[in-house]
Amino acid sequence: MATEILMPALSPTMEEGTLAKWLVKEGDSVKAGDILAEIETDKATMEFEAVDEGTVGKILVAEGTEGVKVNTPIAVLLEDGESAEDAAPAPAAKPAEAAPAAAPKSAPATAKAPEAPKANTSPDWPEGTEMQTMTVREALNSAMAEEMRRDDTVFIMGEEVAEYQGAYKITQNLLEEFGAKRVIDTPITEHGFAGIGVGASWGGLRPIVEFMTWNFAMQAIDQIINSAAKTLYMSGGQMGSPIVFRGPNGAAARVGAQHSQDYAAWYAQVPGLRVVQPYSAADAKGLLKTAIRDPNPVVFLENEILYGRSFEVPKMDDFTIPFGKAKIWREGTDVTIVSFGIGMTYALEAADKLAEDGISAEVIDLRTLRPMDTDTVIASVMKTNRCVTVEEGWPVASIGNHISSVLMQKAFDYLDAPVINCTGKDVPMPYAANLEKLALTSTQEVIDAVRQVTYR
Amino acid sequence: MVARKSTKKPNVSAEDLKQYYRDMLLIRRFEEKAGQLYGMGLIGGFCHLYIGQEAVVVGLEAAAEEGDRRITTYRDHGHMLACGMDPNGVMAELTGREGGYSRGKGGSMHMFSTEKRFYGGHGIVGANVPLGAGLAFADKYLGNDRVTFTYFGDGAANQGQVYETFNMAALWQLPVIFVIENNQYAMGTSQKRSTSSPDIYTRGQAFGIPGEAVDGMDVLAVKEAGDKAVAHCRSGAGPYILEIKTYRYRGHSMSDPAKYRTREEVQKMREEKDAIEHVRELLVSGGHATEEDLKAIDKEIKDVVNASAEFAKESPEPALEELWTDIIADAAPQNA
Repeated sequence: MATEILMPALSPTMEEGTLAKWLVKEGDSVKAGDILAEIETDKATMEFEAVDEGTVGKILVAEGTEGVKVNTPIAVLLEDGESAEDAAPAPAAKPAEAAPAAAPKSAPATAKAPEAPKANTSPDWPEGTEMQTMTVREALNSAMAEEMRRDDTVFIMGEEVAEYQGAYKITQNLLEEFGAKRVIDTPITEHGFAGIGVGASWGGLRPIVEFMTWNFAMQAIDQIINSAAKTLYMSGGQMGSPIVFRGPNGAAARVGAQHSQDYAAWYAQVPGLRVVQPYSAADAKGLLKTAIRDPNPVVFLENEILYGRSFEVPKMDDFTIPFGKAKIWREGTDVTIVSFGIGMTYALEAADKLAEDGISAEVIDLRTLRPMDTDTVIASVMKTNRCVTVEEGWPVASIGNHISSVLMQKAFDYLDAPVINCTGKDVPMPYAANLEKLALTSTQEVIDAVRQVTYR
Repeated sequence: MVARKSTKKPNVSAEDLKQYYRDMLLIRRFEEKAGQLYGMGLIGGFCHLYIGQEAVVVGLEAAAEEGDRRITTYRDHGHMLACGMDPNGVMAELTGREGGYSRGKGGSMHMFSTEKRFYGGHGIVGANVPLGAGLAFADKYLGNDRVTFTYFGDGAANQGQVYETFNMAALWQLPVIFVIENNQYAMGTSQKRSTSSPDIYTRGQAFGIPGEAVDGMDVLAVKEAGDKAVAHCRSGAGPYILEIKTYRYRGHSMSDPAKYRTREEVQKMREEKDAIEHVRELLVSGGHATEEDLKAIDKEIKDVVNASAEFAKESPEPALEELWTDIIADAAPQNA
């Protein structure tokens, strides 16, 4: 049967082209791979090959013709024994067949009418649970040990996690208990071992990949985002990446620009990831255990300065905290202060000082940044009508910016003042002690911001 | 470019030889059809065809056993067909339809089949190399004797993470075969212009990883080298490198203007080295198949490919709700 040769699309963006030159004439026999014509696309002049064998019956579009739309018949190819007469007269250019450019018919789920959200204020552990004092370091360590006891497929890999006992001692004693098969020192090669970790998660294991600090994970960010976060979606739900990437994030003290970046806002932007940044030891433990069990890739952001801080942690056999649940640390009526991680130290300190002046601040710890419990924030702001956010990261496209935007969309009528974002300054981290202090946010900045939004 | 003497006498049965012919032909015809559908606007974006390289993946799949894993880059259609994935599902993914392996959400470069132990389909050059080593890490950890075929190109062989992976794979004795499909061009940059040494397989020496070059236009040579590499890995001796010298007849992607090599060079490879023609000759000269037999196979393959194109055209586009699914898993995934 005669087949039409159609004007081909030769690039992802080509809609029409110039038929620059025919390299065959009517009556020529061609086989697959022979060049039929030269076609000028929006990018280049390309050779157009035959994909079937046969005889060129009719040339329908003369060479030199410009603006030939993709899918227009340009020639007719005859099979053995057919004559040009067998070729049906070329129909007028067919419309592009089922070009799958169809825009979605209706934009999915735009903002619904705002309804007052409910904060989930259920306690993280039963009332009356016995408590123990623990540092954040001990909490993280015990979370990993418990999960490794529970599940043989959980292992930890990273730089200095085994024999050195952890650059920050988070993996102390794990080598002794679980052995070198499950507590693995890696070479200094973040990109490579992050990728191996993701591959292992596809192979049936549950890796914990420790980055000595998140600054070094920039070498590995392609594996975290392109390989871990996107695969569940790209595979149509067939396979996900149950892996935890963890390590200290943000500024420590006097370690300079390359060792002091806060990545919370970067990772919080990525669909397919869970992003956690705990402040207290109880949250560090409960959330890390949840992270290790979660079937998704989790970016778990710790803080070096908080490692040594002590908090009350419930004494329970199996204590976990769900993702996407903020914690109200302090109830108040005049302003909502929202923070996470080490930002909570400024937020809580500021609230104490403000209370001395009769300003009642409600302090919310987001704990997880993706999914983010904005309902708890909105419900609080509907009560206080004012909001200040606190983080150590940079100001542009920060977590605070996002919260401000959510509040504008969901609680605009409840705001009595613009939301203020207290953030790190828009500079690389300086080394000098005085400048470093200035580059971070501070309790005083939070107090000033609260005074500004409360006009007091 | 022939680094390994072509096996004169096939060391495989006539049945196997016929199967290689069939498998290679399926890839070629499938890819030609994909090129056609691209021209018609039914396939969009990037589409990297495997035409010319068929013997690589068919030869290595012949060396693989049940349970072995494979992972590759974005030139992945051939790998999927060779490991037994359904041509309908692959073609429908190319057209971005519901019937595709990723329900239309992955595209040409991103398909997976946990059933066939095919782990993608990766678009970032070099990134699948540590991922493949990670799959092998899991098998070693779990204590089975499976191996992972990790395919990448001569272009990817210049990425830093490949050498990070060589180091760890050798250090931890991972059962991974690094398959460098050297088609001589990293997109439009020839190996001469991009790579300081001509023999990429020797790059494992620094890590103590054995390697060899293989004539990738000879499916029997590939199978033989594959057997050797698999035996090495399965015995627990650690990774192995196969640099398989091959050639891509088509452009890097569909919008390749082909200015970096001559038409004659391509034509010469097609006429003198074609892997499918090679097997066809072996079958006929060895008296294993008549022209009639081969015609019947051609027809059978053409029908399979045409059916896949029909399926891919008729399968509906994904429902709009699909935009919001598969972002986060609720339950534990069954990857192992």
